Amino acid sequence: MRVNIDDYRGVWVFMEQKEGQLLDVGLELLAAGQDLARKLEVDVCGVLLGDGVKPLTNQIFEAGADKVYVIDDPILKFYRTETYMKAVGDLVRKYKPEIFLYGATSNGKDLASAVATDVLCGLTADTTLMDVNVEKRLFEASRPAFGGNIMATILCKKHRPQMATVRPKVIKRLPPEPGRTGEVVEEVITLKEEDLKTKVLEIVKSSKKAVNLEEADIIVAAGKGVKDAKGFAMVAELAEAMNATLGASRDVVEAGLCGHERQVGQTGATVTPKVYVAVGISGAIQHLVGMQNAELIVAINSDREAPIFQAAHYGIEADAFTVVPMLTEAFRKELSREPAGEETEETEGVTSRG
Amino acid sequence: MHILVCIKQVPDTKIIKVNPKTNTLDRSSAPAILNPYDAHAVEEAVRLRKIYGGKVTVLSMGPPQARNAIRKCVEIGADEGILISDRRFAGADTLATSYALFKAVEKIQKTDGVDLILCGKHAIDGDTGQTGPGVARRLGIPPLTCVIRVEDVDVENRTLKVHRKVEEGYEVIASTLPSLLTVEKEINEVSWAPLPNMIRAARYEPSVWNVDDLDDVDIKQLGLKGSPTIVGKMWPPEKSKGAKMISGDPADQTVAVMKIFMKEQELFTKAGRKN
Ligand SMILES: Cc1cc2nc3c(=O)[nH]c(=O)nc-3n(C[C@H](O)[C@H](O)[C@H](O)COP(=O)(O)OP(=O)(O)OC[C@H]3O[C@@H](n4cnc5c(N)ncnc54)[C@H](O)[C@@H]3O)c2cc1C
Ligand SMILES: Nc1ncnc2c1ncn2[C@@H]1O[C@H](COP(=O)(O)O)[C@@H](O)[C@H]1O
Repeated sequence: MRVNIDDYRGVWVFMEQKEGQLLDVGLELLAAGQDLARKLEVDVCGVLLGDGVKPLTNQIFEAGADKVYVIDDPILKFYRTETYMKAVGDLVRKYKPEIFLYGATSNGKDLASAVATDVLCGLTADTTLMDVNVEKRLFEASRPAFGGNIMATILCKKHRPQMATVRPKVIKRLPPEPGRTGEVVEEVITLKEEDLKTKVLEIVKSSKKAVNLEEADIIVAAGKGVKDAKGFAMVAELAEAMNATLGASRDVVEAGLCGHERQVGQTGATVTPKVYVAVGISGAIQHLVGMQNAELIVAINSDREAPIFQAAHYGIEADAFTVVPMLTEAFRKELSREPAGEETEETEGVTSRG
Repeated sequence: MHILVCIKQVPDTKIIKVNPKTNTLDRSSAPAILNPYDAHAVEEAVRLRKIYGGKVTVLSMGPPQARNAIRKCVEIGADEGILISDRRFAGADTLATSYALFKAVEKIQKTDGVDLILCGKHAIDGDTGQTGPGVARRLGIPPLTCVIRVEDVDVENRTLKVHRKVEEGYEVIASTLPSLLTVEKEINEVSWAPLPNMIRAARYEPSVWNVDDLDDVDIKQLGLKGSPTIVGKMWPPEKSKGAKMISGDPADQTVAVMKIFMKEQELFTKAGRKN
């Protein structure tokens, strides 16, 4: 809302929870929130909604919050835009934060979009860098823009709060401080179940083993340079030999070589493995923002000018079709695994699951 | 059932170039296309019309050329298209866009009634996914994002069910008509346009409205003026010092890179593969 911006103080983080478990992204954002709050000399506050969630406040304090706003009500058991938007919107109108961060999860993005329209303020999506101009108390949220050849800082001068969504894993969590506490502010929600339009009937958990790129220590990712299903299978074999999780660029996903759950990047997963091997990936910014914090990045590409070589620690300028099978072989030998004569079931699983 | 689909014409961001000197977008370098996610939204609307009957109208805000994106939707099977186009809409961020679309939906509702609104997951240029929930909020109807399936639409009792994709699987949600859905790409496959649609599309002229055609518009909430966010600094992504290149023929390269990897041999042996 176009408002008297001096009425607005404090940095807030939405603490998304599912079944009484806090999502990591909220805890990560407390680190970013704390940094912004210290510069602005204000509190960093968690916003916690749910049913029976009060015990989670301790964990939120230990992760860096000075204050937690809690609304604990059965109506908030499952995420629904109508209830969560009302609850958060009311908190914003009452307590007036100047900055408000949300994890860019399905629900976090949904909520932030609805709240932004509810309180009429600016919202920056998928922020990858955050800072603040202390003198003007202006939040600087930066993200890749215009198809990604460029980074842009989004500002919101006249409206408050200044809101942003941030991908999981973009920010590093603070080590928890056991015993750290703060102030709990409890509020209530005034909605009644019978006034609501939506109902969560069921949550069906995916039975197939979910690909968990976010948690993986080693990732081998295939790009369009592998060309087709055969090339993709070749990279899958390397991933298997390295005990790695298989990832992919968006172009590979769009070519139908694997499912979206393997995509790394701005519109896929943000990953922070110890080792990331990029095979035939050019290194577009939307890909880089998803993997540039990996500890060791090795890129295999036949084009010396490919931007991935800027982001990588080690570069191998070579034809993937030559070097990848050699690497697979070398890993099998080093880790003394039997070379797979027939396609093992596992390899098949990896290649066909996508 | 009257289904409204919000669609956007976007530059094909795969091809677009940035002028390295000015750091601005060279729009002429990229062809304008129908936002790919919106094609899925139109396809879904057409599928629902086949089952439940009624009409599919597409609504877009954009420059006059955006008529081409509307024609593309007619190819997919939309019945009508409306373009709201006016300089006063220009420079809108998602908040101002949702206001303009909301005003247009209100007008459509007056004459035709609207039972369901569909949007794409996000527009590939802005990539925010914020517009749909914004329009829903302004209309006071439930937004259902990340939809991968629509079922049990009951026009009489004004209810429907959707599957919503979330990180751990999907949710089944019951909601009321009208609702606003933003759809994921896996909701359907966009089929080839049948010839009669192509012919109709080629000649199709959408209705074009400007600000004055809409009722009770607060000009201050439109376009650049109505947009709380502004783009500050722009810069090319940082170039790091670059990779250490491993030289030699592929055999040498393999040996050399294995040495680097094997400093962490432990990691590779015990790395419980997550999948
Ligand atoms: C809004 C938006 C969001 C996006 N989000 C994502 C995202 O989340 N993730 C993502 O990955 N992309 C994303 N993209 C797409 C991104 O801009 C690039 O188009 C994409 O990452 C390119 O994929 P690629 O590197 O596999 O393919 P290409 O760019 O085609 O690169 C292929 C590479 O393979 C190399 N190569 C070819 N043959 C060989 C060979 N025989 N051996 C070795 N190397 C070879 C080539 O030199 C080239 O560098 C997004 C784009 C937009 C506009
Ligand atoms: N100018 C526009 N005209 C019509 N629909 C739009 C417009 N901008 C966004 N939308 C709709 O909102 C969705 C999300 O867009 P965005 O919030 O920009 O990512 C798109 O897929 C469209 O369905």
